[in-house]
Parts: sequence; C-alpha cells; structure tokens
Amino acid sequence: MDIAAIRQDFPILSRQVNGRPLVYLDNAASSQKPRQVVDAMSNYLLYEHSNVHRGVHTLSQEATVRYEQARATVAKFIGASKSEEVIFTRGTTESMNLLAWSYADAFLTQGQAILISEMEHHANIVPWQLLLKRRPDLRLLVCRIHDNGTLDLEDFHAKLADQVGLVSLTWTSNALGTINPVNELVEAAHNAGAKIALDAAQAVPHFNLEVAKVGADFVVFSGHKMCGPTGIGILYGKLDLLEQMPPFMGGGDMIKEVSFSGTTFNEVPLRFEAGTPSIAEAIGLGAACDYLTNIGMDQIAAREQHLLQVANQAISEVKNLKIYGEAPDKAAVISFLIGSIHPYDMGTILDQYGIAIRTGHHCTQPLMERFQIPGTCRASFSFYNTEEEIALFADALVKTSTMLNR
Amino acid sequence: MKSIAEIEEAIIADFSFLDDWADKYNLLMDLGKELSPFPDEFKTEQYRIQGCQSKVWLKSHLSQDKKVVLEADSDALISKGLVALLVKVLNNQTPEDILHAPLNFIKEIGLDSHLSPNRANGLASMLKQIRMEAKVYAQQTASAQ
Ligand SMILES: Cc1ncc(COP(=O)(O)O)c(C=O)c1O
Repeated sequence: MDIAAIRQDFPILSRQVNGRPLVYLDNAASSQKPRQVVDAMSNYLLYEHSNVHRGVHTLSQEATVRYEQARATVAKFIGASKSEEVIFTRGTTESMNLLAWSYADAFLTQGQAILISEMEHHANIVPWQLLLKRRPDLRLLVCRIHDNGTLDLEDFHAKLADQVGLVSLTWTSNALGTINPVNELVEAAHNAGAKIALDAAQAVPHFNLEVAKVGADFVVFSGHKMCGPTGIGILYGKLDLLEQMPPFMGGGDMIKEVSFSGTTFNEVPLRFEAGTPSIAEAIGLGAACDYLTNIGMDQIAAREQHLLQVANQAISEVKNLKIYGEAPDKAAVISFLIGSIHPYDMGTILDQYGIAIRTGHHCTQPLMERFQIPGTCRASFSFYNTEEEIALFADALVKTSTMLNR
Repeated sequence: MKSIAEIEEAIIADFSFLDDWADKYNLLMDLGKELSPFPDEFKTEQYRIQGCQSKVWLKSHLSQDKKVVLEADSDALISKGLVALLVKVLNNQTPEDILHAPLNFIKEIGLDSHLSPNRANGLASMLKQIRMEAKVYAQQTASAQ
C-alpha cells in the first residue's frame, strides 16, 4: 500500500491546524473524503444531474442508471446477493429507525422482546425506546458486557431465550473497538427463531463484511464513515423480509398507484425510498466503495491492525493511561483515560497540538455508566494514518498529561 | 469596586504578556484554582449548566446591595478556568451592568474560539446562563421599586 500516494487523495490531510500539521484521529466519528469521491459527485452534479425514476428524457434516464449503479456497487461491496437488498437511507440512524417503525412494529407480537447490548450507540437504543412507547406490549432486553469490552455471551444466550423477536447488536463498538462474534450471534438468533440486525457503522469501513455469508437479516451503516459523503447510508435486508415490510415514509417514488380510495406501494427497494433521494450522495457512496475496493479491504484491515499495534506500543509508555476496551478482536480504536484528567481538557490541549481525537461519551452513555466514567478520549485510526502521526500523538499525550497533571 | 471594564482591562494585561498558547491555558487553569470552594451539595442538576461536555455548576444570588453574587465550579480544569474568568469579571456587579457588558476581553485574550457553538465546553452556555439569571434579578429589582 502506497500511503504517500493515498494521502495525496485526501487534501485535508495536508492541512495545518493551530499552526501544526493536522493529525486526524477521529475517523470513527467521520472519515475524510478522497478526491475520487468528490469528483464523482461534482461530475454528476455538473454534467449529469436530473431527477431519478421519473422522466423519460435522456438526463433522467442517465441519472437513474447512475443511481442504480451505485446501489449495485454497494451491494457488491458488502457481499449482498442482490442489489434490491440495498436501500438508501440518510445513514445508520435513519436505517435503525426504519427498522423500528417498519419491521419491528409490523412483525413483533405481544410480549416479544428486542435484545440489544450495553455497548450500543444511541442510534441502536433510542429507536427501540420510542417503539416501546408506541408498543408498550413489547420489551427491551440489554445484554451485559465483560470488563474487557466483550459481549457476555452467557448472558446473551440466556436473554435470547426470553421471547426475543429481534436481536439488534453492533458489529463493532464505536467506543471500545470490540468486534463482536457475528457468525455465532447470527446462528444463535436464528436458532432461537429471532431475526438479527447488525449495526455495521464501524465495521464496513474497516473489513470485508460478506453480509450474505454472515447471514444477518439486516445490516445498517453510514456513508460518511467509509470515505463517502454525509447524508447517505444503507439498510441492507434479506429480500424476502423487505418484501413483507410495510413502508416507513410515504410520498413520491415509493408508490405504485395513488388514489383517494387507496394506494398501492412500489416494489423493494423503492418502497422504502420515499421522495427524491440523495442522488449525488448515493453516487458518492458508490465511488467510495470503488475507492476502498481498489485499495483492497483486506489490505485496509491489515494496515489498520498494524496501526493499532503501533499505537498501543507508542502509548504504553504514558503514565497512568487506562484503556477501555481490550477485546482480543478489536478495530483500530483506542478509548482511554489518563489518571484523573478530564477527557475534555485532554481533547482541548491535544487540539492545540493539531491532534484531533474525540472526547466525551461517544453517544454511548449507558456504556459509560457501565464503566462508571463520564467519558473517554478516543483515538480512532484509518488506513491513511501514518506511524509518524502516531508518534506525534504519543508525544503530545505525554506533554498534555504533564501539563494537565497539576 | 472595580467596574466590569476595569477588570477586563486587568485580565487582558495579564494575558497579553503570554505569547505561548500553553502559558495562556496554564494561566486559565490557575484562575480556575482561585475560585472559592463550591459546596458539593450544590453540584446537582439544578445548578448544572447544560451544553457543556464537562460538568459546570453555577449558583447565584442577589446581595443586600443588589449585586449579583456568583459561585461556580467544573470537573474539568479548562472549563473551570473559563467559568472562573466570567466570575472574575461579573461577580458583584449589578444585574444591569452584567446584561449590558459587551465582554470584548474574551476575544482580546484569544479565547473567542471557545465561544463557537460547536465548542463542547460551552463558554457561550455559561455566559447565557449568567445573563439569564441577571435578567431575573433585574426584573425582580424593577418590580420591587
Ligand atoms: C456504532 C455506531 N452506530 C451508529 C452511529 C450513527 O451513525 P449516523 O450518525 O451516521 O447515523 C454511529 C456513528 O456515530 C456509530 O458509530
């Protein structure tokens, strides 16, 4: 992998921040975008734009082809068996809400439960809480996790036996880095007669998903964390399930025929894409998949594991540093606290060194409560980060903690 | 009693000696240390300022001579320094003076980036809360007259 050449694709990485070269270690919040993605979007907007699925004119046909090509590219990228299984949404959050409103509301029956875990992002907690307000006959179960940040599988299997209709778990934790054993989880859920949804927001940017092989019923993720634009994301679902699901939002594109005596709904996937979609963003996401495929997801996974090792080594010398999330199978994310230093102070001073990390609860407040901490500092690495950046980060950590240990 | 503008001038002078950002932050954190102790019993949601990534508490009352008395604390050093700056400038001033102070010193000492809406430290939230409480006191004193 030619890192120097790859970094040329991301002009932002050559920026200065506070008079220092930017070291961007907040990739889990959002990745940076390569020129190829922006070019694909601007090219579409400047030369090819029109509404999709509507006009008979040439431009509309071209735009529709490009939009549907993007869908096919995403489907191939995640290893789906059919393009129709890929629904464009605004992101992980919208995909989860779609599942709650459409699938869960229609298919979960009285007394059934949704099983999540303590390490979920708020996007995989709040939609279920809202569902329970509408459907007080349903229950929400929360699987415990171990101190090292792995899922408590014993608790998982025990809770799964308690009338669970839908399991909804993160594939990879944004706050801890834990990669969950999805093959085992999918098999167990199916054996228990439950469907399973996986939050792949932090998985899809980092390794090959192979969703069909894994066999999950639903997989959701966001474009902006995988070198794509904001405002676009995916709900992958098995076709037979999607076909039975009622629409989530009503409007144009999602209908077959509308009349005041009754409306019939369009086929999947358009049934779930009401209104004019984010066409340029979908094309940008397709370009992001192409970009990552060109580098190679296996190479990316190996590169990021290497960076994680280098980073762990580099910060091992920082005094009083405690890492949260030490799962053996872990993405390139390090959540940590140093002594009693407040993450907010840490993040503010590191920013002065040009280093961008995330501080706070990472939209996982129940997880922070589980560890009885207000939040952590989180450095998250992407394939385009370098060993030199990690050295700068470790050096700044030492200086910052000296400054803040007063 | 010094006016708000006079205290601002003094703070600007203190900061203007420092070129280095690290020295500025050190001074800010030292200011935080000078805050009088904030009783733990008031570190509750009632006194917590929303909109800060760290916890910041603020408590005020109107003194006999109709001045706003401010007490504050935070669990993070920089937030504590920021709230201490505001307390230093606005403590023991009249509600009207607090409401009308332009507080240019924040920009002058180079901390205005902390006023941007994305800044999770919420210097803006702290200021808003102090002004809101000053407004209540201003209305109370007006209606008492
Ligand atoms: C694990 C996980 N789930 C869900 C989300 C929500 O993603 P989005 O804000 O793009 O909808 C995020 C991103 O913050 C995440 O890391």
